[in-house]
Amino acid sequence: MAKAKKPKLAVWKFASCDGCQLALLSCEDELLAVAERIDIAYFLEASRATAKGPYDISLVEGSITTPEDAKRIQKIRRDSRYLVTIGACATAGGIQSLRNFKDVAEFISVVYAEPHYIETLDTSTPIEDHVYVDFELRGCPINKIQLLEVIGALLAGRKPNIPTHSVCAECKQNATPCVMVAHGTPCLGPVTQTGCGAICPAYNRGCYGCFGPMEKPNTSSLSDWWHRQLGVEKDDLVRAFRSFNAYAREFRRESEDHER
Amino acid sequence: MSGKKSSATGKRTRSRKRSAAGDRPKTRGKSRRIKVDALARVEGEGAMYVRIHGGKVKDVKLKIYEPPRFFEAFLRDRRFTEAPDITARICGICPIAYQMSACHAMEMACGVKIQGPLRDLRRLIYCAEWIESHVLHLYMLHLPDFLGYESAVHMAKDYPDEVNRALRMKKLGNEILEVVVGRATHPVNVRVGGFHRVPTRRELQPLLENLKTGIDDALETVHLTGSLEFPDYERDYEFVSVRHDDEYPFNEGRVKSNKDVDIDVTEFLDYFIEEQVAHSTSLHSRIDGERVYLVGPMARYNLNRDKLTPRSREAAKEAGLGPVCNNPFKSIIVRAVEILYSYEEAIRIIENYERPDRSAVDVVPALGPGVGHGCTEAPRGSLYHRYKIDDDGLILDARIVPPTSQNQAVIESDLYHFVERNLSLPDDKLQWRCEQAIRNYDPCISCSTHFLTLNIERS
Ligand code: SF4
Ligand code: SF4
Repeated sequence: MAKAKKPKLAVWKFASCDGCQLALLSCEDELLAVAERIDIAYFLEASRATAKGPYDISLVEGSITTPEDAKRIQKIRRDSRYLVTIGACATAGGIQSLRNFKDVAEFISVVYAEPHYIETLDTSTPIEDHVYVDFELRGCPINKIQLLEVIGALLAGRKPNIPTHSVCAECKQNATPCVMVAHGTPCLGPVTQTGCGAICPAYNRGCYGCFGPMEKPNTSSLSDWWHRQLGVEKDDLVRAFRSFNAYAREFRRESEDHER
Repeated sequence: MSGKKSSATGKRTRSRKRSAAGDRPKTRGKSRRIKVDALARVEGEGAMYVRIHGGKVKDVKLKIYEPPRFFEAFLRDRRFTEAPDITARICGICPIAYQMSACHAMEMACGVKIQGPLRDLRRLIYCAEWIESHVLHLYMLHLPDFLGYESAVHMAKDYPDEVNRALRMKKLGNEILEVVVGRATHPVNVRVGGFHRVPTRRELQPLLENLKTGIDDALETVHLTGSLEFPDYERDYEFVSVRHDDEYPFNEGRVKSNKDVDIDVTEFLDYFIEEQVAHSTSLHSRIDGERVYLVGPMARYNLNRDKLTPRSREAAKEAGLGPVCNNPFKSIIVRAVEILYSYEEAIRIIENYERPDRSAVDVVPALGPGVGHGCTEAPRGSLYHRYKIDDDGLILDARIVPPTSQNQAVIESDLYHFVERNLSLPDDKLQWRCEQAIRNYDPCISCSTHFLTLNIERS
């Protein structure tokens, strides 16, 4: 009876691939320990038991793409003490935000024969465009160790220790040779936020920006380098900045700068 | 040429199916109604609706309300080399399947075939994805239904060994992917033509040891599923799976059914026709636009049992699986057998691995527009991609047929028959069993939207 109440965690899904919430189930070594310390009150992918809010922490995956979802996120905000967005879909609109650069009616007609059944907004937008967000965790997908850090920090009442510098710094730490210098491979590492462990360069490929823009990225100087030194043409620069974080402000502007 | 065949030319043949959703009569008073608004322990979002009137099932709908994300539309004008990484984001549970179908389709469009160690490495990462995905579904999503728990975490108190075993096995699947392709969700090391970097023998060595000591976990899993109680429920299904002459299917082979389908991958859209229904953002798929069929582990087992290893076949037999399995609730045993097979196949591949000199072969778009098809076996069943690309390698047109949209019709018909045979059950039991019947298919709703809430209404 006298036992202190465990903090309540909820996991919410909007337009997404489920990959980020899967990170929680992929905490094989920590999952049961986490379940000891916190009450997983709402996590439909894992359990049919659900508890009503309010929740101490809400993890939100996915972007807002339908009128109902735009309403649903408001209620979730009201029910949550902390609201944390997880992954590029939730923090930047995700790959599905490519529709924001095109005519959505045309998109619907490519996929569906009866477009009028489909109710969707013209845009895919990050959660922060709709409600106040306490913390944004980057990545497509997020890194599970970073997720555990954010949950732990919020429960302890401290600021999550999530670095905002570039992938390059992590390559240096790992002693991974720079793929741009060594092989002339175009890499978004200099403008992309760290957190993944700099895995692409470690596998001989350029970073494709799945963690989104770092703090104050110099995207135009990188584009310039890609173009002059590596011969990357404008339409490929547009494609490079227009992927999983296409609608993140700095990447969006950079891609628009190169559109003819 | 019949009208249906026009799908071969690139146009999606779709008919509008009349749905009872709009004109459903409001039944009250006598109506018996069971309601689950958001089905749990499935990947993605959906709902189920059953209406019973005068002791007869009147309407069954699996509603998919996952918002559409329009992959096929925005793939247009992207580079052919981008398809594996972009389509991986359709599903965070089976990204390897998306990457493999995309790679194979692009390679076909460019007239390239991947052989030797690169081909073997692709089978290895597919083994890892089957292990990870099947273990997640079997232990964490499906087993709680059989044992009467709300979730695996609830189950952990009474079944600590099982839950810990599951976590151990899932972790091994993840580790294989982390070593070979960088990470388990949206791997970074897969490319058209092969890999960005191939592992050394030494890097694979610790995995081999973990697989060898872990194989007992896989055997235990088959025993466990064999000891469960199953509803007495069998139907005459049409099973569809890839079949290869020499091996249990992952990446290559013909598309076959236990009835009369036996086709080359390039003919897929001539036979399997998708249609849109009002209650779902996922498209339904039928053979010739008419016949309901089933993809996934049961279909693979029934069509490829002879290609399992002797040990996997023996374990299946001991767990009570006959040469043909027609009870979808027993799909949990089949998943366990496929996990065991994946351990064995992964061991075989690593033991025979010789690191190739080159991590990928060159894949160059042919002159003039090229068309490529890929159909590989995702954990949930056949996943088909087709692309048309121009000679600069830009995507002109993309078509993706995921397993869950193929299974949607069979799930609905299963529910229909299952409810009809079990009308005497009280609402809460019936609801639980219906959810379980849906989870037999491990529906991946994120995939199919390109998909659950449960309502049972009786009068
Ligand atoms: S951010 Fe990437 S991994 Fe996460 S849900 Fe979105 S598509 Fe999936
Ligand atoms: S290197 Fe870049 S693209 Fe690769 S995983 Fe890290 S952030 Fe994502």
